[in-house]
Amino acid sequence: MELRRVIALAKKDLKKTVREPAALFMTLLFPLIMALAFGVAFGGIGGVEVAGFDIGVVSLGDPQDPWAIQFVEAIHGTGVLWVKGYEDNKTAQGDLSQGRLSAVLVIPGDFGEGCSSYLAAPSEPSLWVNTSIRLYLDSGSMMVTQAIPHLVNNALLVTIHGELPQAMPSPIHLESPSLVEARNVSTFDYMAPGLFPFAAIFLTMLVAQSFVYERQTGLLRRILVTPTTSAEFMLAQVLSNMVVALAQVALVFAGAFLVGYRPYVDASVLAFSFLIVSAFSLCCIGFGLVTATIAKSDGVATGISFFFIMPQMLLGTFVPMGGTQLGRIAAQFMPSHYVTDALTSLLLRGAAITSPMILFDAAVVLVSGILILIVGVALFGRYGKT
Amino acid sequence: MIEGLSKRFEDVTALDDLSFEVQKGELFGLLGPNGAGKTTTLNILCGLLEPTGGRAYVGGHDVQREPGRVRGLIGVCPQDTAVYPFLTGRENVELFGSLHAIPGESLRKKTEELLEKMGLTEDADRQAGKYSGGMRRRINLVMGLVHNPEIAFLDEPTVGMDPQSRRAVWDFITELKGQGKTVILTTHYMEEAEELCDRVGIIDHGRLIALGPPGELMEEHGARDLEEVFIRLTGRKIREGV
Repeated sequence: MELRRVIALAKKDLKKTVREPAALFMTLLFPLIMALAFGVAFGGIGGVEVAGFDIGVVSLGDPQDPWAIQFVEAIHGTGVLWVKGYEDNKTAQGDLSQGRLSAVLVIPGDFGEGCSSYLAAPSEPSLWVNTSIRLYLDSGSMMVTQAIPHLVNNALLVTIHGELPQAMPSPIHLESPSLVEARNVSTFDYMAPGLFPFAAIFLTMLVAQSFVYERQTGLLRRILVTPTTSAEFMLAQVLSNMVVALAQVALVFAGAFLVGYRPYVDASVLAFSFLIVSAFSLCCIGFGLVTATIAKSDGVATGISFFFIMPQMLLGTFVPMGGTQLGRIAAQFMPSHYVTDALTSLLLRGAAITSPMILFDAAVVLVSGILILIVGVALFGRYGKT
Repeated sequence: MIEGLSKRFEDVTALDDLSFEVQKGELFGLLGPNGAGKTTTLNILCGLLEPTGGRAYVGGHDVQREPGRVRGLIGVCPQDTAVYPFLTGRENVELFGSLHAIPGESLRKKTEELLEKMGLTEDADRQAGKYSGGMRRRINLVMGLVHNPEIAFLDEPTVGMDPQSRRAVWDFITELKGQGKTVILTTHYMEEAEELCDRVGIIDHGRLIALGPPGELMEEHGARDLEEVFIRLTGRKIREGV
């Protein structure tokens, strides 16, 4: 392996990316424009008009406790509070801090006892089992801080007394709400992680066009009569396309940041994003080689490459085609799906890089990337050189 | 050295039992009309094509068994100009020098030297896509020879060139021979072969129909030039075959 050859070929490919207008647009300008355009379209304004509030409910006691169930139904009965059940407070707090919820309500374990004790002796406060309900609110919304405590308190009173009393003592006390600073999550926040693989997907087309062009013009044959080995040639392709993928990640980040995208990012998240998109670029190079093997001209290569691009794009990025059952099943076979999934967990939910799901996603992308690349290299080496 | 080489593409016979030997330091011309099998022969010698039958040796190495060794010895100037249009002339040359692992400083010097010889110094930093046809052909030649190969395969190196460029290439090829390089040149310009080659092999329909120094062939066939030799042997003009 002669490193000088690899570097020379990789530099040649990078110069093509920068100097050829079509390649420059597809690889670098398109992702940037896309990030800016989508950010402006779906950014600060958000995609959904809210006509109520999502409230997370965590029941620390028996979830089948009839009093707790009645309380939740009363909350739901307000008509403006949409209940989402959670098994633990931590998860609910996570969603609250990411802006997915307006409030979190924690029903204590002795909630049922408190209600029962009141019903058994309504006029004997000394016999009541006193307890407290905790309420966490999104501090960034005046509507939430004003409306939700009042609505929850009303639901509590309806649960205990069966109707809304004027002023009645009660063993259940609603604590002063804790205010939580939640992120203002826009539609773009949900879309942005999918933009990274979306940009890289088009490497398939560019790799295919590049190989077909070199074959058509005799440049590939010219390289084949030098001492350059297939391994050196392919390694140069991989390196140059990885550099392009990294540039795409940086540009999408930069473009999104310019329009107000502020994900959970530190150095490790950035590094991980670069790595997983680089691994994904291996898939794209592999698909590009398969395309170049089949295609006999630039135009045909462009057409065939969309057989690989479209499923990756529609089932694995921000394009919401994976919403159906069939779509979700098909998405499991798209490497781009795992890139988007990992980046969504990292950038939107603030998940740790070492969490099992992130590592699983990364492993799937890397292994599939290597396998697809091997298939692409083998096919091109066997049938695509001439 | 070529022994009984044959090549068939489906039902077309491109080479038919072709045999000849080229000595070290010799400038050998492979002549014939278009489609005679000249480029197919070179492609087999470079390892780009597998022969249907026979064997080919370059620098004593079997082309099929030791392609790596062969590629280390040869320099190839393809018939169709193959240059990267988005690279400058200099970058194209340096790229192919790097593929032959020439060290940086030597590569720069050699590149400058060859660009100057081919009259391309002034345009060396322009993108090759903006070159004229003649300039492209000249840079095409330099790219194949920048690594100073022991054996040069030049496939119609002057086709489509203006007389001035052609003369510059002829001088360059003569200089290669002066340096002791082995040059195998294909051409359908008979005057080019007469001017440059120590020996020529004339092939037609994939078969070797004459072999020897141009002067001897002309004398043997009572011809004034190689074109006439071809007419005597085939009854056709060489360009008719085009």
